[in-house]
Amino acid sequence: MNALTRSAPWRGTAWIMGKLGISGRTLVIAIPMLWLLIFFLAPFFVLGRISLAEAIIARPPYTPLFERGPDGTLEIIASFENYRFLLADALYRNAYLSSIQVALISTIFALLIGYPIAYYIARAPEPKRSILLLMVILPFWTSFLLRVYAWMGFLRSNGVINNTLISLGLIDSPIQMMQTDFAVYIGIVYTYLPFMILPLYANLTKLDGALLEAAGDLGASPMTTFFTITLPLSLPGIVAGSMLVFIPAIGEYVIPALLGGPDTLMIGRVLWDEFFSSRDWPVASAVAIVMLFLVVAPIMWLQSVQNRREES
Amino acid sequence: MRGWFLPLAVLFGFIFLYAPILSLIVFSFNESRLVTVWGGFSTRWYGELLRDRQILNAAWISLKVAFWSATLATIIGTLGAFVLTRFSRFTGRLLLTGMITAPLVMPEVITGLSLLLLFVSMELTLGWPAGRGLTTIVIAHTTFCAAFVAVIAQSRLRQMDESLEEAARDLGAGPVRVFFDVTLPVIMPALVAGWLLAFTLSLDDLVIASFVSGPGASTLPMVIFSKVRLGVSPDVNALATIIIGIVLVAVLIAGWLMRRAMRNPL
Amino acid sequence: MIDARQPAIAAETKPWRSAGTRPFISVKNIVKRFGDFTAVSNVDLDIYKGELFCLLGESGCGKSTLLRMLAGFEQPSSGTITIDGEDMARVPPDRRPTNMMFQSYALFPHMTVEKNVAYGLLREGLSRAAAYERAGEMLRMVKLEKQARRKPDQLSGGQRQRVALARALVKKPKLLLLDEPLGALDKKLREETQFELIKIQESLGVTFIVVTHDQDEAMTLATRIGVMKDGIIEQIGEPREIYETPNSRFVADFIGSVNLVEGRIDAVAPDLMRIQTEELGPVLLPPQTGYTRNQQVWGAVRPERWALSRAKPEANPNAWQGVVEELGYIGHMSHYRIRLDNGVLIRASQSNRLRDEDPISWDERVWISVQPAAFRVLTR
Repeated sequence: MNALTRSAPWRGTAWIMGKLGISGRTLVIAIPMLWLLIFFLAPFFVLGRISLAEAIIARPPYTPLFERGPDGTLEIIASFENYRFLLADALYRNAYLSSIQVALISTIFALLIGYPIAYYIARAPEPKRSILLLMVILPFWTSFLLRVYAWMGFLRSNGVINNTLISLGLIDSPIQMMQTDFAVYIGIVYTYLPFMILPLYANLTKLDGALLEAAGDLGASPMTTFFTITLPLSLPGIVAGSMLVFIPAIGEYVIPALLGGPDTLMIGRVLWDEFFSSRDWPVASAVAIVMLFLVVAPIMWLQSVQNRREES
Repeated sequence: MRGWFLPLAVLFGFIFLYAPILSLIVFSFNESRLVTVWGGFSTRWYGELLRDRQILNAAWISLKVAFWSATLATIIGTLGAFVLTRFSRFTGRLLLTGMITAPLVMPEVITGLSLLLLFVSMELTLGWPAGRGLTTIVIAHTTFCAAFVAVIAQSRLRQMDESLEEAARDLGAGPVRVFFDVTLPVIMPALVAGWLLAFTLSLDDLVIASFVSGPGASTLPMVIFSKVRLGVSPDVNALATIIIGIVLVAVLIAGWLMRRAMRNPL
Repeated sequence: MIDARQPAIAAETKPWRSAGTRPFISVKNIVKRFGDFTAVSNVDLDIYKGELFCLLGESGCGKSTLLRMLAGFEQPSSGTITIDGEDMARVPPDRRPTNMMFQSYALFPHMTVEKNVAYGLLREGLSRAAAYERAGEMLRMVKLEKQARRKPDQLSGGQRQRVALARALVKKPKLLLLDEPLGALDKKLREETQFELIKIQESLGVTFIVVTHDQDEAMTLATRIGVMKDGIIEQIGEPREIYETPNSRFVADFIGSVNLVEGRIDAVAPDLMRIQTEELGPVLLPPQTGYTRNQQVWGAVRPERWALSRAKPEANPNAWQGVVEELGYIGHMSHYRIRLDNGVLIRASQSNRLRDEDPISWDERVWISVQPAAFRVLTR
């Protein structure tokens, strides 16, 4: 190798390197590309195909897509029966709508609770700032499931809140908090609060303090300054944080399953039950496909629009 | 936003964040089986937890899955991020960009269900993977964790002074050498952070694992979920306390290491 | 105003002055396009062995792109680059006989100073011992042997700059490319380092190409300067040529400061030429060939070429009267802005040679005059 480079000035080796470089480059692209094609993209085609099948009691529990007819020709058996079923049954429509509603309300609560905290941390002096920031992130590193579980102990009719209120004499009988939509809101806000605070914090620390001083200098009260300067400038942080709460909330399964009541309809839960309880794989697939087009696609489109706006 | 309102709101926020966790810890030392009624101090539930083979097994499986998923996700996510930040033009660039970020917004139920259906169809047509278990969970977790690693690695690669790589090229290193000599060491802290995040996400996942796991391969969240679903149980409190303790110790050590590294950079 | 003293090139000759000398680096008709944007268009450039050539221009003028094409980081859209007779078209950066000193220095943050410098030698296949030995020598030359075991972030800006230089030079490249080599240093250090750089360049005899946006730096360092604008080299020449005989209004204005007047040639005679200008009326110039009557031209005068006096200058027809509107005293010289009677503003500067002279001050009515030969006639 060395003798080669020295004796024949780089032409020969450059050629070999070029060849190697090109094939190496292709390999580097191929690894993540193939993995994601097989394990991320392909599953959606399988999902789509099974959503057109019918549930049967067999292994696997759905009809095949192709079948040999009596005359030996290959027939495609695909039916939109599952989709028709989804449209006809109000349960599914309500589930989609109420998922969006629950996610929206939770996002607003998370913003109302998260904004003051982010603002306070962003304005705090240095050692305090790092400690507070760490305190916001810390719960995120503990198990999500256990954090939801903690609220079960808190909200139960003989849970911490009710017991405290009763022993204080404020109420006579426990308030029903578990298995309500309220509990689901609390669970979502609690779980995703760091996702709201962190982008807001990142945005608010970039806010130039001189702007606030300038506003004050020009005669704006602290309140006016906040609503005319701080809030408009932190809008990108608000959007980013709200997306990070709204997106996972909409497909949430665990929180409504543990904290919600039987009438808390969320689409993630409907899909889960359709799959695990009814064992109807085709209908579950159809639910997922509809969710993909109604919920995921708009979010991705929104994000790409936002990214493009940020780049320009 | 001045005066009493802001500190009060922040105080309320932190009480909201920490009160449930604190009560979880307190009641893990409760003698009584009724989790929320204080029946005296006891470490009974810790003993019971340590004798619970099901939980110990699940914890071991979860750790194995998390380790392999985080490692594979770090490799795939880093390669993806590298390709997207350093190769400006290649076929399928747009597709790869989409595929690498889409898992971030994909509801877990959809990822879980679609992957399960893929595994089932693959087994029918290719004979692999034979049944579901550890392997399928690792594949599923790798796929969604790779997206998170890719985001972290991508932002670090974009920040990195590209002339470092050019300098190495200029000094006579080939592309592969440059990656291992310069790029990798420089982005290493981000990759460690990405690995840790992937590890935590994998350890935490219930929904995807529930779809793609098979009999005999229950992860810790799956076992906890099945217990908790039936109601509050004190040994779960004990488990939660142990996990919180581990996280706290890890954070403190990491903080101490970071502070030491900042004081003497050598 | 600018010290036009030039560094002596290693060989006392100036090879670009004699036709027929073979250039060491030859850039032929090179074009670089990024999408619709043409960064470098049809540049021809010959650079000779041992030169310290400066590419001078504002950011975005294409000078860095040209440098990066020489290093091999960008592929030209068309045209050829030859270094020492070798076509560089298919040679990747790691196989080129060039090394580069980056604007950010690009020191590997995870390696010690010593390792940084030895890195290129190890890639050549040198043994560890030999590589570290030579790295040590190089560090002694830039006076950093004591810092060999430090990491880059423990060095001062000036020290980092020297490590970057040592790392690029240790491989004894045929051509060293320097991208704003002094840009990150403060003013005082920059001036010291300029001369150090010239000394190192002369003692090693390596050909340097320096990209800079700082005209003082280019004037001080360069054997020749190429002034770039919008992807085109406007003028190539020795510093004195560029300053004294710019070939366009852009170059005249870019290098140093200048008063420009616009006019038409009024009379061309064997013993004189006259332009009729809007700003100054008729201006007399020494006779020059290649101009025709009525041709549109611009006259350029450097501020220090003006003479200021209270009395009307004798025997100089190029004299005008005005009032001192602004005066900036900066020690070794004073900058004046003089408003002529017709409203035109002239920038002039005078060096303060005597300590006890009675300086011309604000609101004084003065004569300003300029020798015909101090006018430079420009056609574009």
